[in-house]
Order: sequence, then C-alpha cells, then structure tokens
Amino acid sequence: MSIFVNKDTKVIVQGITGSTALFHTKQMLEYGTKIVGGVTPGKGGTEAESVPVFNTVSDAVKATGATVSVIYVPAPFAADAIMEAVDAELDMAICITEHIPVLDMVKVKRYMEGKKTRLVGPNCPGVITADECKIGIMPGYIHTKGHVGVVSRSGTLTYEATYQLSQAGIGQTTAVGIGGDPVNGTNFIDVLKEFNNDPETLAVVMIGEIGGTAEEEAAQWIKENMTKPVVGFIGGQTAPEGKRMGHAGAIISGGKGTAAEKIKALNAAGIEVAATPSVIGETLIKAIKEKGLYEQCKTH
Amino acid sequence: MNIHEYQGKQLLRDYGVAVSKGLVAFSPEEAVAAAKELGTDVIVVKAQIHAGGRGKAGGVKIAKTLDEVREYATELIGKTLVTHQTGPEGKEIKRLLIEEGSDIKKEYYLGLVLDNSVDRVTLMGSEEGGMDIEEVAASTPEKIFKEVIDPVVGLTGFQARRMAFNMNIPAHLVNKAAKFMLGLYQVFIEKDASIVEINPLVVTGGDDVLALDAKFNFDDSALFRHKDIQELRDLDEEDAKEIEASKHGLSYISLDGNIGCMVNGAGLAMATMDTINYYGGTPANFLDVGGSATAEKVTEAFKIILSDKNVKGIFVNIFGGIMKCDVIAEGVIAATKELGLQVPLTVRLEGTNVDKGKALLKESGLNIIAADTMADGAQKIVELVG
Repeated sequence: MSIFVNKDTKVIVQGITGSTALFHTKQMLEYGTKIVGGVTPGKGGTEAESVPVFNTVSDAVKATGATVSVIYVPAPFAADAIMEAVDAELDMAICITEHIPVLDMVKVKRYMEGKKTRLVGPNCPGVITADECKIGIMPGYIHTKGHVGVVSRSGTLTYEATYQLSQAGIGQTTAVGIGGDPVNGTNFIDVLKEFNNDPETLAVVMIGEIGGTAEEEAAQWIKENMTKPVVGFIGGQTAPEGKRMGHAGAIISGGKGTAAEKIKALNAAGIEVAATPSVIGETLIKAIKEKGLYEQCKTH
Repeated sequence: MNIHEYQGKQLLRDYGVAVSKGLVAFSPEEAVAAAKELGTDVIVVKAQIHAGGRGKAGGVKIAKTLDEVREYATELIGKTLVTHQTGPEGKEIKRLLIEEGSDIKKEYYLGLVLDNSVDRVTLMGSEEGGMDIEEVAASTPEKIFKEVIDPVVGLTGFQARRMAFNMNIPAHLVNKAAKFMLGLYQVFIEKDASIVEINPLVVTGGDDVLALDAKFNFDDSALFRHKDIQELRDLDEEDAKEIEASKHGLSYISLDGNIGCMVNGAGLAMATMDTINYYGGTPANFLDVGGSATAEKVTEAFKIILSDKNVKGIFVNIFGGIMKCDVIAEGVIAATKELGLQVPLTVRLEGTNVDKGKALLKESGLNIIAADTMADGAQKIVELVG
C-alpha cells in the first residue's frame, strides 16, 4: 500500500515534447512508472520517448485510460493545462511548473470547485511511491520502500529528509511535494489524512516553511485526528523579514506565519521539530523508537 | 515588483480612481515648476522611495509658498531617509511627488490582497486609517472588515457598499467610495497586482473620496504579460547584486552576514541559512541557483557572492536531483580559477553524479574543503570564518 499513486497508476505527461518534460519522461519510465501517453497540442499522432502523443487531454484519457497527469507546461499556459486535466476528470493532476501567476491559480481553484480532480502543486517536485511509481522531478535512487510517509512544501528539503531516512535504513511509503506557492491544490492536511488511513504508513515526516498558516492548521488537525507519530522541520527559521512595502500580507495572516509561531504550534500538538535539517532523520528515528515502531520501520 | 507612489497614483487615475493632482520632480527646479502648475495654496512635497513610514521619518513636507517648495525639495533630494521599512542603511531620495494639499476630514484604510486561507483576493477596510494598520489589526481586529471576492464575478457593488458602510464613510459618500473600490479592484486584477494598499483613503471637505497614498506590489510571475508595469521598475531602489543575479536567472537576496551561500532549491537555501546560524555563523546571502544551472551560471553566482565585500567564507550546499554534482563542481573550479579565491570555501555535494563531482574537486588541486553533510559543511565554514 501507499497513497495517491502505485505501480498500476497510468500517467500522461502534459507538455511532453518540451525538453524538460522529455528528460523527466525518460527518468520516470526508467524508474518503472507507467507513462502511457503525452499531450502537446498540434503534435497528436507522433511519439515522444516511445509513448503516443495526443492533441488534447481528453483524447489521451480516452485512448489510454490514464488517471493521473503530470504537467510540465510553461508558466504562461500552465493554468490552462491544469483546467484541461480537471475537465478530463482525471483523479489527479500533478503540476511541476513554477512561476504560475497567482491570479491564474485563483481562477483555477475556483474552476476546480465541485470537480473530482485532486491537484498537487504547482511548483512542486511531484509524488513518488518508492520502487513503484515516480511522478515528477525527484531523483529516484534516494528513495527506498518502507513505512514512513513524507510530505513537504520544499523540493530539495524533501530529498534531504528522504535521503537521511534511506541512509539510516528507514524506507518510505510515499513522498508528496505539495509545492511552495501561495495558492496550491493539495495541502498538508489532505496528505496527512491519506497517510493516517494507509495501513503501510507507520510514521510521517512533515516539512514546512515560513509564510502562510498551513503548518499551524496541520498541527491542529494532527492533534485532533492523527494516530501515527509525526515529526517536523520548518525552513526559514532565520530568514529576515522581507523588504516588503505594505502591511496587507501581514494583516491577513494575523501575525502567524513566522517559523517560531509554526514550531510552537507543532510542539503544542506533540510534534517534535528537528532543530536543523541535518537531524530530520534522527528526529524521526527517535520518535518511532519511543512508539516501539523502529523494528517495523527498519527496512534494510 | 514595487513601484513608486506617483506611479501607483497614475495607474489609479488611468482606471478612474480618484487621487489628488500631483507631478513627479527629479530636482528642486522641477519641484517648483510642478508647484506652479498645480497652483494650489498648500503643496505637499513627498519623498518617493520604495518603503513605507516616510511621513514619520520626515520624508513628507507641507509647503505654503514656492520658496518653501524649493527649500524642502533641496533638503530632500539626495538625502538618505531611514524608516522602519528601509533598514538602518536607509534609502536615498531621488524623486519627489509634488502634490496639491487636501482638506482632510477623515482618514481610512483600504487594501486588496490574496487571502491564502481561502485562495481568493480579499478587500480589507477600516476607519482607522493613516496610522500603523498592523497595530490596529493586532489590538482591535474588530475594526478591520473583509470582503472575499469571487474571481468569476469580481468585486460586486453590494460588497463595496457594505464595506463603505462598515468603514463608517458618510452615507452621502458611500457610492463614491464604492466606485473607488470597484476601480481599485479592476487595476489589481488587470495588472496582476499582489498588494494594493491605500493608507490613507481620505474624505475631504469638498466631499471627495481620494487616495492620499498608494502602495502597489506586483506578482513577479505575471510581469511577462505587463510590459507597461515592467517599465515602471526603478533599478535605483534595488540591490545591485540582486539586479545582477536576476539577469542570470539566479534567485539572490543580500543579507548582513559574512558567509556566502550557494544552494540549489529555495527550501534548502533557507535551511542552509538556518544551519549556519545554528552553528553560530551569519549568512551573507540567500542564493538559489535553481534546478537547471550550468557551469557558467555557477561561475556568475560565485562572482556575485564575491562582489560582497563582507564575505569571509563560502559554503556551497548542493543536493543534486536534476542538478548534476559534476556540473556544479566544474562551475566551482572554473570560478575559483578565474576569480582567484581569497576566502575559505567549503563544498557539500550530494545526489546525482556525486562521485564524479567529488573526484573533479579533488583532482583540481584547489584549496576546497569537502564536507559530508550540510551540518558538517556549516560547522566547518563557521569555524574557518571565526
């Protein structure tokens, strides 16, 4: 078991003929991901990395039975690409693209209301279920199969945490990068719920960043609902306040959003927070030892 | 991206939003000419810098004669203004806004910003304008009103009127205030702003509803579709190193410390700063080289770090996913050879092609200190810098 994606998940790549998408399509295929098609308007009927290319997402879905899309479409057109995936009623759209205009994403979120598709990202590394299915841009080799779930707002910090776990012999179920943009699809709580319900996941690493209130909300949810141990890290503890111009952003968050505030909220929910990113793995190991889960989590 | 008050007011004018008459001036002569053209009894001379708190810091002067306009303009141009938003180094005043005085009856606050908790643009208003609005929000949150805006229909008339009534704008001016808000929302959406703040919005003795100040911030990711906004960029207001970095597609922010950092990924870059601080050092910068850096880009990044005279040591921290470690190593070696490194350099490489990268550094014979982990690298560079 795992969450969101597994060895049977059929995936299409939106924007497949771009150079970044081609590179990653190859990497994903090598990892074993079932990439069944790609979409580039105007290139339908051709092939890319030996998979068929279609003009529209709905054509691709009809022909291949794909349930998940990964989006590498350039920022000016990415919001449209997400909406196309939603319109085609995919289960999940994972958007890797960074620098999508914020107001485009506001419209996308409105468009998605009442629709079935789950959006992960944008501006994220993707989703990987170790040894089964890699969707995104993360390096595959740092992941090993096991029992720890990872959810993170930062790409490279996810790699850092996952690598530490693998080095220490602690495998993972699924690692989900939810992305660092102000308006995104899937949040911490969505992923934590899935990990809580997944019998294979025994513990969770949650990596947050300064800004917004997602970590505080997640802390509250964990306190009330989570049955599995969670450890955390918050990036940007020493980042100085930006040279900002107005106060509107600060007012809306009501004084929340600082690293200190987030760590306090996490600690109050019984979540141990690693002091530096180098000890995320150690912190998790300590937590699972305390809960008597270490032997079960030790996978190699 | 930020713009000046006078530029923001021009944008508002373009959208039919009421602002007081004013002209920009780059010299005392231009200031006097502008005051003559306005021809009002009272003239306001306002320093134009990209920071708030100008009034309290002495950057806003009220003149009653043309001589006073000249005197204040001469005093302000070239002066370094220090406000609570500029940092202790302050900002040099190079432009002035020469504006007609307004007969202010009452000051209010209006702002438009994205509310992350609902993923919608939100209008905020308060009758406690003209002062530190963060203080108002903290001590009397009931005095701040919000209207969440549906992106499909936009700000509606009833929402704008409700806001005006909530703000206690005199009943006979509510429609004027609502028109102001609707125009403000239109600018915000059409120009991809991320923040618009009118503090204060004023009601005048002549029954006008005017913007006395205007702060705009624009979404950098959307600038590609707004050439007109890009032209308003004032490079004098930005850090020279940050401008250079943006030319090479590097995300760089200048800080006060002495350890230069080069990292891939924003999260890891912030965490690297945290780790340096944890071991007692202070980072000189935030620098994310991104996921697709070439050896040339790495060299440029090094040049920018070294152009900061405060830098006493450099820490390169890379977790290569897409970014290959050998590419980073090549860039580091090329930069070191080209620039003749005078300060200690610690490099931590992990991820794709790590062995190749480490071998390249070793073979180069350069004085590069290798680190096994982020913590190890941070500790080493902090010790070396002392």
